[in-house]
Amino acid sequence: MLYEYDGSVEVARPNCVVFPRTTADVLAIVKLANQYQTPLVGRGAGTGLSGGALARKGGILAVFSRMNRILEIDIENQRATVQPGVVNADLSAAVANAGLHFAPDPSSQKACTIGGNVSENSGGPHTLAYGVTTNHVLSLEAVLPTGELIRIGSSALDSPGYDLLGLFVGSEGTLALITEITVKLTRLPEAVKTLLAIFDTLDDTTETVVDITARGITPAACEMLDGWTLRAVEAYVHAGFPLDCAAVLLLEVDGVAEAVQQHAEEVADICRAHHAREVRVARDARERDLLWKGRKNAFGAVGRLSPTYYVQDGVIPRTKLPATLRRINEIGVKYGFQIGNIFHAGDGNLHPLILFDARDEAQFRGVVAAADEIIQFCIEMGGSITGEHGVGMEKDRLMPLLFSEADLDVMRNVRAAFNPQGLLNPDKIFPSKKGCGEIHVRPLPLAGAPSA
Amino acid sequence: MTSSAISPNVTSRLSEIVGAANVASDFTQLATYEIDRKLPAAAVRPGSGEEVAEIVEFAASEKLALVPTGARTKLGIGYAPSRYDLALDTTRLNKVIAYDPGDLTLSVEAGVPLAKLAQVLAEHRQFLPLPVPFVNRTTIGGLIAAGVDSPLRQFYGTARDFLLGMEYVTGEGVAAKSGVRVVKNVTGYDIHKLMIGALGTLGVITRVNFKTFPMPLATRGCIARFATAENALDMRHRIAQSALTPLTMEIVSPGVAELFGSDAATRYERAPMPANVISNNEWALTTGYAGNELVLDRYAKDLQSMAKESGTTGVTILAEKLPPAWARKREFIPIALASSPATTIVKMSVLPMRMKEALGAAQRAAESNNLRWAAMARGLGIIYFAILPSDHTEEYRQQVANATSEMQQGCAKLAGHATIPWAPAEWKNTLQIWGPARPDAAQMQKIKSVFDPQNILSPDRFALHL
Repeated sequence: MLYEYDGSVEVARPNCVVFPRTTADVLAIVKLANQYQTPLVGRGAGTGLSGGALARKGGILAVFSRMNRILEIDIENQRATVQPGVVNADLSAAVANAGLHFAPDPSSQKACTIGGNVSENSGGPHTLAYGVTTNHVLSLEAVLPTGELIRIGSSALDSPGYDLLGLFVGSEGTLALITEITVKLTRLPEAVKTLLAIFDTLDDTTETVVDITARGITPAACEMLDGWTLRAVEAYVHAGFPLDCAAVLLLEVDGVAEAVQQHAEEVADICRAHHAREVRVARDARERDLLWKGRKNAFGAVGRLSPTYYVQDGVIPRTKLPATLRRINEIGVKYGFQIGNIFHAGDGNLHPLILFDARDEAQFRGVVAAADEIIQFCIEMGGSITGEHGVGMEKDRLMPLLFSEADLDVMRNVRAAFNPQGLLNPDKIFPSKKGCGEIHVRPLPLAGAPSA
Repeated sequence: MTSSAISPNVTSRLSEIVGAANVASDFTQLATYEIDRKLPAAAVRPGSGEEVAEIVEFAASEKLALVPTGARTKLGIGYAPSRYDLALDTTRLNKVIAYDPGDLTLSVEAGVPLAKLAQVLAEHRQFLPLPVPFVNRTTIGGLIAAGVDSPLRQFYGTARDFLLGMEYVTGEGVAAKSGVRVVKNVTGYDIHKLMIGALGTLGVITRVNFKTFPMPLATRGCIARFATAENALDMRHRIAQSALTPLTMEIVSPGVAELFGSDAATRYERAPMPANVISNNEWALTTGYAGNELVLDRYAKDLQSMAKESGTTGVTILAEKLPPAWARKREFIPIALASSPATTIVKMSVLPMRMKEALGAAQRAAESNNLRWAAMARGLGIIYFAILPSDHTEEYRQQVANATSEMQQGCAKLAGHATIPWAPAEWKNTLQIWGPARPDAAQMQKIKSVFDPQNILSPDRFALHL
């Protein structure tokens, strides 16, 4: 049952679930899948938000949670080699004493695995300044669905040849099962300042983000939570968020102490110029952690209020933020849904959370229509359908909104070159040539899974 | 000089696509498209992505081999194409399609010169952190296809880190795209990353989307001189373990000062090299950094004290004299190429802590073969080792082949790799330009087959023993 679900609203049942411990196990599993011509899907912690790790066509689900050893940590060269099942936060914890961390920090980082991060090219709040997973991966060992064991990239930079690594990272488990990953480790900043800017209107909040971006200031993080979401979060986390505001920005600047002081002041000034009611600066690590706890547990908090929510991942040019949030609110009113907004404002990566009751068929149809209308608007603004959650089985039908058949055919041909029989993670990313996909929905079993 | 011959029907068909004025077939014009002593039979200059697709589709139907070109500054990288019927000159694809300073995103055609783009961005105090070799001439498409890096990779990374999307034409003449023009996206495969450094063997790049960056505030440089490479690298390691995040960091070998003071260097930078900042018989560690006055002071203080701890023989902080010094550093490869008739550049890549051994092995390989050399290494573990023979003779060829082979073996022992991006045309077939056979060559062949099944795009320039 558990393995029918992930963090999305999708559901799909595998025929069997296996837990490899070694690369040899993975090779044997792939051999079996070939022998029986059965679909095979890799899975990490199942925190994904687009159904990427669900066995859409049944078959074998290979869960990597037992391949969870950190194989090598090289502090001096700032490298680590891990098995795919290592939990994201565990790697950062293992190198924290040396003043290092693994920079990609999805909100699910206490549960999600690095193999999953690599497959999905995961982001997180701090990817605004530090880049997403693909910017931090150096080398992979992987098993192709044809049974070949391959190694691509290298610990040393600029591995000669085509950038296979750039292709495989973010390929959503459709090209290979990853068995080993070498990543870069990043030095922790000397100084960090976390600010909470409180606003009385949404427009002031979004205009602040536009202004910060336009002035060429890149905070380490720039997250937005609207008032409704804040109240849900505050009831759950007690982070000290104001209950009566329209929205807040959670901003972080980091670097050398001399720069951080100045950047924090600049950011606070911009917030005040856009009528921030108050700009709070976290006084210590405890206050800072509390603010981030509120942000990272927000999806869980919302999950307490609604039987089901549907979270989107559209991206827009940052200058279009004010217009887009207004439009999202109109769409919510039009379809009669509460839509919460908590997202990576600095990247223009939206996460509208549409609350609905999946047991009500009419509501379900409405939520899909509302979600599609939001995505359509993102694309009209020059944006994208997914910034970090992946296409998976949820957004494949939306791909033609962004890409022509020619674009998709090149990608399909690339998939066929490595996954010729389509055994590995079938029916993901690319829409089938005819007909439309369908979202299979289920009520959330518990409070919503954490998300990026 | 060899050149390919094609039928007059080909030029007439090409003229139909792009207009007769944009097809060249006379020798004088074609001579400018030379790659390693080979000339194409015709050069064609499309004015749009659609025309590129038509040309490639036609070439594919006629099985004509074509090489996409930009400013033609980096066609020396890799092997000569095994067949070279058409040069597909992208320089008429020179429009900035969209630039949104407020979003810090950009979409440009492939033939836009980086220098022209830099002017457009500078009006909004923004820039692309790609000061690659031949920066004043290179086109966007060319620098992507050549896969060259720049000093700023220390802080900003390489093009792959801020490339958002691309339009390209496959070897079957299919116009396609990947990525988008927003700063975060995971929609579909990152095909555009495959095109970086592929030397036009997978597709013709027609349009590129980038993230742009705010120009840093005041920039300064620090040059610390040392008696040995070990001292210079010690300072590199201290910086890596500190809170400082410099924009650039290079290790400069003895001999570089002579190159930078030469006439060859003035071709790339007219302003003279500031006196006494690097010495011809010492090593140096250079760092560039930026920020407000407090930050600049902090860097200067910390870098000077780290230099001292690493045993420096002298430190210079550069402010107004920085540009001529940094321009030479950026153009190290072109200057080295212009400094000898048979310059051979080995690009070695190792883990940062293995740079000392790699540099030592390379130095021994060069000196035991009586070869003059100079090196510039990026702090992240990339070493550009220039071998500077004074002639093209067979004796030198043998010595260079020996030395480069020893360097490649040395790198392999250090779990690194070494390629030879630049070498005299007539020596290439006796050198391991792309290094020893790679275990992932079979996977690369799969990619090539998807994008260019007939092998008409820059055939065999890029050979990884496929």
